[in-house]
Amino acid sequence: MTVTDHTQATADTAHSHGVIPDKSRADRIVSFDVDAFPVPTGREENWRFSPVRDLKTLFADEAAESHLEWATSELPAGVTLTEVAADDAQARTVRAPGDRASAVAVKHAGGAMALTVAANTVVEEPITIDLTGVGGEVRGHLLVELGQSAEATVVIRRTGTAHYSELVSVDLQDNAGLNLVLLQQWDEDAIHAGEVVARLGRDSRLRGTVVTLGGKVVRLNTSAAFAGEGASVDLFGLYFADSGQHQEHQLFVDHAVPKCTSRVTYKGALAGKTAHSVWIGDVLIRAAAEGTDTYELNRNLVLTDGARADSVPNLEIETGEIEGAGHASATGRFDEEQMFYLRSRGISEEQARKLVVRGFFADLIHEIGVPAVEESLMRQIDLEIAHVEEELGDE
Amino acid sequence: MSTLEIRNLHVTVETPEGTKEILKGVDLTINSGETHAIMGPNGSGKSTLAYSIAGHPKYEITEGTVTLDGEDVLEMSVDERAKAGLFLAMQYPVEVPGVSVSNFLRTAKTAIDGEAPKLRTWVKDVKVAMENLRMDPAFGERGVNEGFSGGEKKRHEILQMELLQPKISILDETDSGLDVDALRIVSEGVNRAKDNTGLGVMLITHYTRILRYIKPDYVHVFVNGRVAEEGGPELAERLEAEGYDRYLADA
Ligand SMILES: Nc1ncnc2c1ncn2[C@@H]1O[C@H](COP(=O)(O)OP(=O)(O)O)[C@@H](O)[C@H]1O
Ligand SMILES: [Mg+2]
Repeated sequence: MTVTDHTQATADTAHSHGVIPDKSRADRIVSFDVDAFPVPTGREENWRFSPVRDLKTLFADEAAESHLEWATSELPAGVTLTEVAADDAQARTVRAPGDRASAVAVKHAGGAMALTVAANTVVEEPITIDLTGVGGEVRGHLLVELGQSAEATVVIRRTGTAHYSELVSVDLQDNAGLNLVLLQQWDEDAIHAGEVVARLGRDSRLRGTVVTLGGKVVRLNTSAAFAGEGASVDLFGLYFADSGQHQEHQLFVDHAVPKCTSRVTYKGALAGKTAHSVWIGDVLIRAAAEGTDTYELNRNLVLTDGARADSVPNLEIETGEIEGAGHASATGRFDEEQMFYLRSRGISEEQARKLVVRGFFADLIHEIGVPAVEESLMRQIDLEIAHVEEELGDE
Repeated sequence: MSTLEIRNLHVTVETPEGTKEILKGVDLTINSGETHAIMGPNGSGKSTLAYSIAGHPKYEITEGTVTLDGEDVLEMSVDERAKAGLFLAMQYPVEVPGVSVSNFLRTAKTAIDGEAPKLRTWVKDVKVAMENLRMDPAFGERGVNEGFSGGEKKRHEILQMELLQPKISILDETDSGLDVDALRIVSEGVNRAKDNTGLGVMLITHYTRILRYIKPDYVHVFVNGRVAEEGGPELAERLEAEGYDRYLADA
């Protein structure tokens, strides 16, 4: 069976819902006040797929004792990384937190780290920030700010382990261009709930790539809001969930102004009995957002029995005057016909599986635009597949 | 010199209505250098025969043997069969998105030979083989069978056959749906492989037209899961004139 288009599950282990929420996404509460968000029970719309018990420590309104170790590539002229006091950090955050974990993160992060690229600065080499968890509870608040017509690529890589919650605020002034790559390469016991909120000024361009491979639970919500006409956002995501992993990605693209473009493309592979992925893609086209062009896609490749992929696209359209709006969600079982074809050419089962999975992700990986990251990802995907082989071998 | 020997082959598939026997005792021997045309109406079990020899998991062998030079083919996994020297050009080649043709070909060649081909000669071999089949060099960068036309898929099958150099090749309706130019190009490829490597060919076809370009040594009429009649090339001429009706009336 091939993975096919549109909002229907094509595998029995898949759950794909074209649900229209009863409330508009625009009505969802945002606040810096932790008390504005009750502790999630798992019954809430935005927590209903999440293992809230594993996330419990991230909801506690308490100071956190640990930290991540930072290592940053040499910063070129026009780029600064500074500590910002809590009040200032809040003021410079483009949107208030959208859930309790995020609000707790901001409140207890003790200020923010701000990566700032001055107006008209064009940074050729990727700026890399390595964040390594050394265990314990960690709260983080990060500001990424690009001045007018600035351009940069920022790669943030998370490794090690922690119970980590964060808010990443991305502020693109008019005509700025940012390629932001967030790599979740945690050790297998890490717990991570993050929120990325982006504000796009007129004619600005955001390319956001999320890669989630490691961690026990990773829940990463990305929101992009257009504040000026002519801006565009491309959000890519790649995940590979093994047994025991929960990987959740929620997206919200808010078309509030005319003539903006958004593309959301997330692909995931799942293997192992209790592997679970969740993708929720909300796109809101407000009445004012004439000339909007949007498309969102989620594809899942289920490699073994027992894995579960939830995929929920939501498209809310409040104006008829749009360029285009569409979504597709498909979950497919590993294709036996593809395997037979490759193996009938002498290719071993393991190698064939590797080719198919690499092929599934290939176009996405090439979108990252950072060669070093692309190469290392291919290697890591091979490792993930080798892992699958071990699991299958054990059966 | 190789020999593929099929003896009393019975094969079933699972259908929604239950287990169904499709092959009902097939006997066939193919030696290197020989071309055997297998001709029969739709649904007679030709593809089932091809898939069963290649080891497709859907088909269950309930009786009989298949050997290649005395080795038990039915005991081998799908990839072992290919490494042993069997090749199946499929009636409906499968798309493998995101896997480039050139990567696929190199991976297959490495698997079949047990070692990576020498880069320089390999690149040249691929180039020449593609030119012979009038395939655009840009083909190498496309995904395997992804968005290929019917004719492109069939040429790609023959390209693989020429590069992998099997001992015995099963061509499952490689001619179906091809216009005469494509048919000629594909036939040339098969004839080249016969000349160059002494390939033995099981040429499964529904139509007689391809037999003008690839000369069969033997013709087997396949009806209702078994060989109903065998003969030389003259049998094909008779089929062209009379069709399969005579056999179907008996069946
Ligand atoms: N995988 C399968 N599942 C169910 N029925 C099948 C399957 N493969 C073949 N058949 C049935 O077996 C018969 C022979 O099919 P096939 O081998 O494709 O014939 P041919 O290639 O001669 O047209 C047909 O009736 C077909 O419907
Ligand atoms: Mg057939």
